Amino acid sequence: MRVVIAEDAVLLREGLVGLLERFGHTVAASVGDAPALLAAVAEHRPDAVVTDVRMPPGFSDEGLRAALELRERHPELAVLVLSQYVEQTYAAELLESGAGAGIGYLLKDRIGDVREFVEALDRVAAGGTVVDPEVVRQLLRRRRDPLARLTPREQQVLGLIAEGRTNASIAKELFVTEAAVAKHIANIFAKLDLPPESDGHRRVLAVLAYLR
Amino acid sequence: MLNRTALEALTRRPLPFLGSAWPWRSAAYLLASAVPGVAVGVAAFATIPLGWVGAPVVLALSLPFVAWFERRRLRLVDGVPLPEVPDRRRREAGLAVFTVLALWWIDLIMLAFTVGGPVILILSPVVQPLADSVAVVASVGGVLLLPVAAYTITAWGGARGVMVRAMLAPQGAELSEVLRSRARLVDAFEVERRRIERDLHDGAQQRLVSLSMTLGLARLDLPDDSPTGRLIERAHDEAKQALAELRELIRGVHSQVLTDRGLGAAVRDVAGRSPVPVDVAVELDGRLPAPVEVTAYYVVSEALANLAKHSRATSGAVTARVERGTLVVEVRDDGTGGADPAKGTGLTGLADRLAVVGGRLSLSSPVGGPTLIRVEIPCA
Repeated sequence: MRVVIAEDAVLLREGLVGLLERFGHTVAASVGDAPALLAAVAEHRPDAVVTDVRMPPGFSDEGLRAALELRERHPELAVLVLSQYVEQTYAAELLESGAGAGIGYLLKDRIGDVREFVEALDRVAAGGTVVDPEVVRQLLRRRRDPLARLTPREQQVLGLIAEGRTNASIAKELFVTEAAVAKHIANIFAKLDLPPESDGHRRVLAVLAYLR
Repeated sequence: MLNRTALEALTRRPLPFLGSAWPWRSAAYLLASAVPGVAVGVAAFATIPLGWVGAPVVLALSLPFVAWFERRRLRLVDGVPLPEVPDRRRREAGLAVFTVLALWWIDLIMLAFTVGGPVILILSPVVQPLADSVAVVASVGGVLLLPVAAYTITAWGGARGVMVRAMLAPQGAELSEVLRSRARLVDAFEVERRRIERDLHDGAQQRLVSLSMTLGLARLDLPDDSPTGRLIERAHDEAKQALAELRELIRGVHSQVLTDRGLGAAVRDVAGRSPVPVDVAVELDGRLPAPVEVTAYYVVSEALANLAKHSRATSGAVTARVERGTLVVEVRDDGTGGADPAKGTGLTGLADRLAVVGGRLSLSSPVGGPTLIRVEIPCA
């Protein structure tokens, strides 16, 4: 997979390049600000973009705006946005772009769990949706009904669904059988009045659309 | 004893007062009204050759000079320096119009009666064709009236000075200066918070993410059950923990989403992080002035922190809207109530912070609940 990285902290940028290359990806370009990101994507036509939210010149949300602009120009481009904080506002804006397919919003902290991080990028590149579990946790806390009716285990499963995990992956994470996971998901959809949906990212979207 | 104004001098005992310069200064102050009088006179004459348009033009042209003159001569009866006010030009123009239309001729009539009267009485033996005895009595009466005239002149001079001061520098002008300097201080703190946040974000936080990534990579290469592997794993967990703590710390210092997306988004985010479910209804059209947004945000953050810590509430609600140019924010909960500004520094701190932007805080928190905090901040 060919990736373009946008991150203004040099140390972190170089680290990300090394990390992705180690897992067999090609980093076509690594840049330090939003205009350079737009230019690099136009030039290299990568499969995926990994970008920080906050970048020069204004050190506000340039990276996020660039990501939204890229999604508009190239709807098929996978974009993974890294944020220092969980901002529901930013997550919602991002998920609305391109119907949420091939989109990811993660806390920067997740880079530390290198394997999970690269897997998340792979899922996004494959057209999946990845939402930081922290966002889901906050959303769960904000809305009482009917999410309050979910059992702790079901909330955990919902969080993993939001991360874009497959049933097999969720089963492995929770040390249960896939059948058990399927049962949890059926319960969640029933409690949230959502029609069951087999496609990975669409069920995340359904849940998030409901949460918004 | 030193007196700073003519009115203060009036309270002195008679002999020191009559011996002081204040009656003379007051007289000079009032006599100086001949100068704006001249302006009116010139305007009156201007009507003859220039027609009816001429007089208003001459008066209008003389207004800046009259205002300058009033400001200077005030020092004769009032030694207290005038504070600088933001609408100085407008106030001076008003005073000049008032002087040209009314004050100058009142001053001169006052002077003519109080001083002219006794002087004519004193001079009666010379100017009046009366019996000598009557003239002498009148003359003596005139001399006795002079101290009275000193009081009258000083009283009017002092009162006129107070009027001029009230027009040039309203009461509370010094106080508003204090408030402005407090606002500057708060602004300076805000800039400093932003700088600290930026430094932590660009420095420590990036390095910690980088460190965590390096440790994560190192873990890949080491078997989990080796002693080094376990140590690396522990270091990695601690780095992640430090990162999470730093993130919360930085968020408390400054809200980036407030700067980027405004009050509505920032309030929704802070409510989203509250352990107690909080409903948010923010109805705002566009952005508000930065100091208003920052103050309102801190009020909501503090109120929600209190709600989570002390209220034992199971739910809360935040509403914000602009009513007739005033931002009204309400934070309510269904907790046990009994919040008392006297007990903690939180509520008092909020009230102080609001005072800087001219806002008000009201609190209703009967024991047994519920609690309602209402904040009003003028947006203009």
